[in-house]
Amino acid sequence: MINKIKKTLLLLVVLFSSASAFAQDTQSPEMASGLYQSGKIYVVVVVLGVIFAGILTYLILLDRKIIKMEKELNNK
Amino acid sequence: MKKNWWKVIAVLFIFYTIIAGFLIKVPAQPILHETIRNLYFHVPMWFAMMTILFVSVWYSVKYLNKSTIENDILATQAAQTGMLAGLLGIITGSIWAKFTWGAWWVSDTKLNGAAITLLIYLAYFVLRGSIDEEQKRARIAAVYNIFAFVMLIVFLMILPRMNDSLHPGNGGNPGFNKYDLDSNMRMVFYPAVIGWILLMVWIFTLKVRLEKIKRKLLYND
Repeated sequence: MINKIKKTLLLLVVLFSSASAFAQDTQSPEMASGLYQSGKIYVVVVVLGVIFAGILTYLILLDRKIIKMEKELNNK
Repeated sequence: MKKNWWKVIAVLFIFYTIIAGFLIKVPAQPILHETIRNLYFHVPMWFAMMTILFVSVWYSVKYLNKSTIENDILATQAAQTGMLAGLLGIITGSIWAKFTWGAWWVSDTKLNGAAITLLIYLAYFVLRGSIDEEQKRARIAAVYNIFAFVMLIVFLMILPRMNDSLHPGNGGNPGFNKYDLDSNMRMVFYPAVIGWILLMVWIFTLKVRLEKIKRKLLYND
């Protein structure tokens, strides 16, 4: 009888220890999930989009300026 | 517009990576956390640098074969554009290192190799600046550029693979290992690489055209 209780106790201990170990395994690295849940990540995307759009406008204007200069030089 | 299709691709791909790079799910990795998204922005700089510097050495070899000033202009401007990409790569890498490895700079084969490569290319510009005669400058710079590109391969591709390194993709492992295995990330990473390479090529062509205009003005007036 005592043996049986011991075995049951041991079984319970083993069960719980494995459960706690499992809980630690599933603890995943911290990610910015709050930023995604609140939707504020879109602000970052828009800001970067604006910056890139600015650089792009600059490049296009530069490109067109150079085309103009090339034409002027060739007509000379 | 027809011959500018590749610029459109560059722009579309980069806008896509800015949007998808932030919104698409990434694997949760210890230490890296959300910074894993830097892969979409930091690594393409190095791809762009290597591509542009290959263009540079290509025109240097071409110059040695046929000494036209055009080849020299192309080689120089490509080297300059390559340095722009390399500088952006090393700065972004340093920031990333601070928040993952804990220091702005660690004495690592890959990092030191990248720094040495940039210095070797800096010496290319110093060398150019120190020679007045045009033909001589172009020839010596072309020979040096070949040496510089070989050193780039040694410092960025070979030595990091022969030593242990903190940096992913080193220490005998040529791939991006676990990050690259995620097919979600590949969907963003490859367009990012293509987009940034094309954007740097665009900047390079603008610089070349500006330099040619400068020369024309110098000799016509």
